Amino acid sequence: MKKLRVIAGAIAASLPALALAGYDVNIPAPKTPISMQIYGLHMEILWVCLAIFVVVFGVMFYSLFAHRKSKGAVAANFHENHLVEVIWTLIPFVILAVIAFPATRTVLAMKDASNPDMTIKVTAYQWKWQYDYLNDGVKLYATLSTPRDQIGSPEEHGKITNEHYLLETDNNVVVPVGKKIRLLITANDVIHGWYVPQLGVNQYGIPGFIKDTWFQANEAGIYRGQCSQICGKEHGYMPIVVEAKSPEDYAAWVKEQKAKQAEAAQPADKVSMADTTAR
Amino acid sequence: MNASLADRNALLARKLIIIACVMGCFGLALVPFYRQICEATGISQSRVVAQTASGSIDPTRDVTVEFVASNSNGLGWTFEALNPIVQVHPGVVTTVRYRVVNNTGRKVIAQAVPSYAPSLAAPYFKKLKCFCFDQQTFAPGEARDMQVVFVVEPDLPTDISRISLSYTFFDITAEAGGKG
Amino acid sequence: MEAAHAHAHDDHHHAPAGIGRYFTTTNHKDIGSMYMWFSLIMFFVGGFMALVIRAELFQPGIQIVNPDVFNQLTTIHALVMIFGAVMPAFVGYANWQIPLMVGASDMAFARMNNWSFWLMPPAAALLVGSFLVPGGAAGSGWTLYPPLSIQGGISVDMTILAVHIMGASSIMGSINIITTILNMRAPGMTLMRMPMFVWTWLITAYLLIAVMPVLAGAVTMLLTDRHFGTHFFNAAGGGDPTMFMHIFWFFGHPEVYIMILPAFGIISHIIPTFARKPLFGYASMVYATASIALLSFIVWGHHMFTVGMPAAGNLFFMYATMLIAVPTGVKVFNWIATLWKGSITFETPMLFAIGFVSLFTIGGFSGLVLAVTPVDITLHNTYYVVAHFHYVLFSGAIFSIMGGAYYWLPKWTGHMYDETLGKVHFWLTAISFNITFFPQHFLGLAGMPRRIPDYAPQFTEFNQISSIGAFLLGFSQLLFLYVVIKCIRGGVKAEAKAWEGAEGLEWTVPSPAPYHTFETPPAFH
Repeated sequence: MKKLRVIAGAIAASLPALALAGYDVNIPAPKTPISMQIYGLHMEILWVCLAIFVVVFGVMFYSLFAHRKSKGAVAANFHENHLVEVIWTLIPFVILAVIAFPATRTVLAMKDASNPDMTIKVTAYQWKWQYDYLNDGVKLYATLSTPRDQIGSPEEHGKITNEHYLLETDNNVVVPVGKKIRLLITANDVIHGWYVPQLGVNQYGIPGFIKDTWFQANEAGIYRGQCSQICGKEHGYMPIVVEAKSPEDYAAWVKEQKAKQAEAAQPADKVSMADTTAR
Repeated sequence: MNASLADRNALLARKLIIIACVMGCFGLALVPFYRQICEATGISQSRVVAQTASGSIDPTRDVTVEFVASNSNGLGWTFEALNPIVQVHPGVVTTVRYRVVNNTGRKVIAQAVPSYAPSLAAPYFKKLKCFCFDQQTFAPGEARDMQVVFVVEPDLPTDISRISLSYTFFDITAEAGGKG
Repeated sequence: MEAAHAHAHDDHHHAPAGIGRYFTTTNHKDIGSMYMWFSLIMFFVGGFMALVIRAELFQPGIQIVNPDVFNQLTTIHALVMIFGAVMPAFVGYANWQIPLMVGASDMAFARMNNWSFWLMPPAAALLVGSFLVPGGAAGSGWTLYPPLSIQGGISVDMTILAVHIMGASSIMGSINIITTILNMRAPGMTLMRMPMFVWTWLITAYLLIAVMPVLAGAVTMLLTDRHFGTHFFNAAGGGDPTMFMHIFWFFGHPEVYIMILPAFGIISHIIPTFARKPLFGYASMVYATASIALLSFIVWGHHMFTVGMPAAGNLFFMYATMLIAVPTGVKVFNWIATLWKGSITFETPMLFAIGFVSLFTIGGFSGLVLAVTPVDITLHNTYYVVAHFHYVLFSGAIFSIMGGAYYWLPKWTGHMYDETLGKVHFWLTAISFNITFFPQHFLGLAGMPRRIPDYAPQFTEFNQISSIGAFLLGFSQLLFLYVVIKCIRGGVKAEAKAWEGAEGLEWTVPSPAPYHTFETPPAFH
């Protein structure tokens, strides 16, 4: 199976067209309205670029083949043609406008975090995430749950047993499917990036500032991402795992979390809070 | 001929050095320039003085205001918004509270920094009273409730129906203590 | 300016003997050679770091370096390659070629020229030496974003100092280059008749003078934030880390063009030579270069689509960035039109030029993909970006540097290089380059972030392909070193006009170019 993927990868590397066949070599399956638009935009631009590439380099390689000195080609002596130059300056404008129009629509949609169904505040730390559900009162921390001894030990490499090595957390962020979730992202110490490709979100958290963004998962599932901005030693070890559940399951989860929180309540709650933020 | 070339070269070099210096100043001038832009667009607000409300009230509109609290610089204490979500009519003066419990076991001088999302709402959000206007000193173990008195201006663009206001407390004990 | 008076030659003989001459030399050819050797050494130093990075990334898990050292390697690899390899290489070309191309006897400020070179080795020593200080080198990425760079140790200060010194060197070099070009051209060489390489360097030098002081300002503010209690980038005191990003990229994006415009210039000489046909659209090439330079000042925000700018900001930077595709496209079209109906041969410089045009264009396309804000959101800081900038910087800048080396080596050394080995070097480089960097597009699309020492298992295959390619690519460059040394030590005697289709004043002087050339300005037709 692994070998097959290597071969598939090699073929894909040589034939960009094949790259579109599977998700392994493309943007992962989009699961929100925005990430679906992103996926579509990327496809559109990719095809436009491929078409330009084929045409332009078709001409170049034809010329390299046909106008070789070894074939007896004699050099012409033209060195300008205003009409041609004006045309090939104008055509790119048209192509760019065709790309820019849908892109503008997506930018405006992406930036419109108004009228959300719920708000989650995300705080990044070196090196973990804190999530505060403003509407439901749930608070949780998410840290990497891949065992540390598995990461550091050379004898283990090559036989990593966890399917989701480095992409798993002790507490997943649970959200209801079909609801507009607004995120308020900030950081405690340095800049981090909350990045989940399938949800179409990549937003820096900047200490002292909150930045809002949003997503709306349209399908239940587990979506994985990582910190996208270098934040020190363990930048590679602060994954993000979002679990989208049906609204009923979400409500049940909230209840369960609240029960847990009440159980763990004062004074232990405050101590653990102080512990974790003091780092 | 040669001398005149040397002179011309020196003159040009002087001009180029001036360009380099001007660009250096431009780089530094980006700081106040950036602050102006941020003030105008609301990305950050250095205005730490009380503002005044314009007075009119729009009872037909409801705006949701969310208050969030963050710590920075490894400030290990409890800081929370006591009224995390409030509904207001634009123009109505409203008071919300934040609570700090200084469970760090030492005296802490801290400064709260406000930030808005969406940032475009910031110019329409007027703070009449706020703990972020001044540095705050907390004795070890002290618990204190603090007020924010605010009003959302009625000319808030209609596409904004929800404003988040975040306060991040920064521990400035070392610097503030040093100054006395 | 006092250097201007020192311009009168100390000696009218041939090159003085002994290695000591290099410390005091004011000869543009000596200084050009020193820049190039410096650049080649730094290229191997940076390349070594890249191979350690790729070796670590050969499989998941931590095998060779710990995550701290990994971050330091990625940071210093970038700084060494940008400030130590690519920029000095182009300054080396400028030193050797600009006086020869415009028919000047030397650079305008020969003494200052020496100083600007000798600032480089101490700066490089600071940069590379920072690995040895407690805490290791700076590990915040070459962009030095605060607050992470505020957290770093003394190595960050060393890096800042190195950047200051190299910036000063660049500004001095640029003043020299602009003055030489504007004041010392052969009679009859009007601006619009200058060789393309001279034009691109003129514009590049202005870019350098415009943005290097801005970078100096940004890193100085970083320094005062670190040590003198200022709050430029700290929200607690009314600052903003985002402001550093704005100032840094205001420098950073023109910097990208500083590293590619001279490459455009070199390619614009190689292609006409081996197509035996004049450059198509000379005037539009000049205008395209100038528009790229101007546009470079208003596109910096495309590095910051994920900081949460308002929609208007995102849209502005997206449109401006997309516009750059127009003048860049004009250049590519002009090169292809130059090839059209030429009489083409495929010597090594030409192979590198064709490789440049094809592969740089792939980098241009991925640049267009990244310019579109929503797509950038999903690709920002992933390996797609890594692939993109290596396509423009390796198969762009470095291909042109190597092609240019093969092109002008006969003029510099008086010998033809080994054509067979040169071609082998090209094919090894081009193939292994693609093996290394093409799969990184897929890694990025699949969501693998950059600057991580360890990764999830689904990224393994492409990383392995990439690492194998990287080692092939790295070791292929030893062949380049061998070809250069072999060429210096001997070979077929090169004629004054080493290439059949070559045009320009540099081909009117003997090969190797004598120690002093054009002491009386040549006639230019």
